[in-house]
Amino acid sequence: MLPDDLKLKLQKMIAGAESPREKAIDVMFEIQELQGWMSDEAMVEAAVLLGMTPLELEELATFYDYIYRSPVGKYVIKVCDSTVCWLEGHQRVIDYISARAGVAMGGTSPDGTFTLLPVCCIGYCDRAPAMVINKRVYGKLTPEKIDRILDKLAHKAEFDESE
Amino acid sequence: MRQYPQVLFKNRKPNRVATLDEYRESGGYQALEKFIGGGISPKEIIRLVSESGLLGRGGAGFPAGKKWAAVPDSGAFPRYLAANGDEMEPGTFKDRMLIHVDPHCIIEGMILSGYSFSASKAFFFVRPSYESSAVIFERELEYARQAGFLGNNILGADFSFDIVVHRSGGRYICGEASALLNAIMGKRANPIKPPPYATEKGLWDKPTVVNNVETLANVPHILRNGPEWFKGLSATPDGAGTKIYCISGKVKVPGAVELPMGTRLSEIIDEHCGGMTPGSEFKACLPGGASTRFMRREHYDIRMDFEDLKTIGNRLGTAAIMVFDHKTCLVGATLNLVEFFARESCGWCTPCREGLPYMRDLLWRIENGEGEEEFIPNLRRLCKEVWNSYCALAPGAAEPVISLLDFFEDEVRQHISQKGCPFHAEAGH
Repeated sequence: MLPDDLKLKLQKMIAGAESPREKAIDVMFEIQELQGWMSDEAMVEAAVLLGMTPLELEELATFYDYIYRSPVGKYVIKVCDSTVCWLEGHQRVIDYISARAGVAMGGTSPDGTFTLLPVCCIGYCDRAPAMVINKRVYGKLTPEKIDRILDKLAHKAEFDESE
Repeated sequence: MRQYPQVLFKNRKPNRVATLDEYRESGGYQALEKFIGGGISPKEIIRLVSESGLLGRGGAGFPAGKKWAAVPDSGAFPRYLAANGDEMEPGTFKDRMLIHVDPHCIIEGMILSGYSFSASKAFFFVRPSYESSAVIFERELEYARQAGFLGNNILGADFSFDIVVHRSGGRYICGEASALLNAIMGKRANPIKPPPYATEKGLWDKPTVVNNVETLANVPHILRNGPEWFKGLSATPDGAGTKIYCISGKVKVPGAVELPMGTRLSEIIDEHCGGMTPGSEFKACLPGGASTRFMRREHYDIRMDFEDLKTIGNRLGTAAIMVFDHKTCLVGATLNLVEFFARESCGWCTPCREGLPYMRDLLWRIENGEGEEEFIPNLRRLCKEVWNSYCALAPGAAEPVISLLDFFEDEVRQHISQKGCPFHAEAGH
């Protein structure tokens, strides 16, 4: 099911490690890059490549915040809800995104573009309130800035932080 | 604003990373050339760093030289170094700043540290929200390789060493040194209780040292300028070096500043952060991340170092100062902190897995008008009982709770008697 070129890339990646399972997260990240989430079939294929049982890989997949075992939208919006973002009004950010993108916390928008999730402190407390979308961080969020970010992403354009 | 010598932030540029050339022009890689190129004994590095008084910057404050010396001479090979850049302690972002300011300072520190206990490989452990940092670091590692600072027989010496970036899947517990090793090995990141210590049996049962990124970044500077110079950077006679303080919350200019170790909190906030946010008065702060205690106004002048905070029963932790103003509900803040810890508990041991959600529930009820008097002694009891847990996560979670009860009991009681949060309408949380 995994395309051959990806499989080759993963095998090469694993071969360079001290032990195969060291690359478990990287392998799952690569697969998610392609298909968004870790399906049951992908879990089995990845486990074989890593010399692990699917259950051993499941132990990791369900443990980490950035591995998804259910389908997610093209963009996974994670709004930081730890102390400093809480202090700077993270709930307003969540409510705004939720209303604007038509997605409840934990859900995916009907068009499959956005998934909204909470996340613990992302280490951008100096730019609170902050969020991370597909591993890219956006800080000092205001409704206007959120509008610009989501508009750009919906139109497959890059958002420049200096905007 | 008082100005101080910049060491780790010497090459700080607005909006860009310092290059390898810029790092070298500022004296970078001289320590590497002198010690590794010059074939000086690894033991000498340990001696100098021990003498400098460099304490680990990741939170626990363990002497860096002592950690390397704990790798036994008879220990097996290969040996590994892990640079802990997980940095998921709320309020903390100094390691990210270091990577984005002067990555070669960290790289040189890692090579020298690896040399000190004859390691051959290092893992740079980094969290997913720091993907941009991981990309920068990988790029700069390649430049260091091309310059001959990494790889086989570095500068012609009988020492080969390389660094790889290890991406985490994102969990707070991975920052705990033993859990971090499990994470690197692709195992579920539960902590491991010593003995054996990682310095004897760590990654794949081989001697392994875990150092914080800021700790490592200090090493080249100490070796180039000497231990006495390093001690002299501190604002206090017993301290050593500079410290990167991360200030966030209700201050005018939040950010990371490099100041002498032991700079007073008042100076940090009033001078280096432009004071409090307009309309805000200082109520309390957490001085070193989420697992330290609330500190009240009466300690506003305290020296921010390991010793002074210890004398008032607190901890410097990661020196991530989160500032709360008079409009902040500290019951709400504590609830948020405990929610963080309850969610990030790895679930391995019962006191943490069960105790933290229980604490969270009691705090939630108090905050939302369902609080009762008996919750206060119950919370105190739970704060003690979580010390039975396997690692330091749950005791860390108890720190803000116990200090809320010790220093702001009136505020807690007010929530209970008024059946709700007195700040709620105002703060808008």
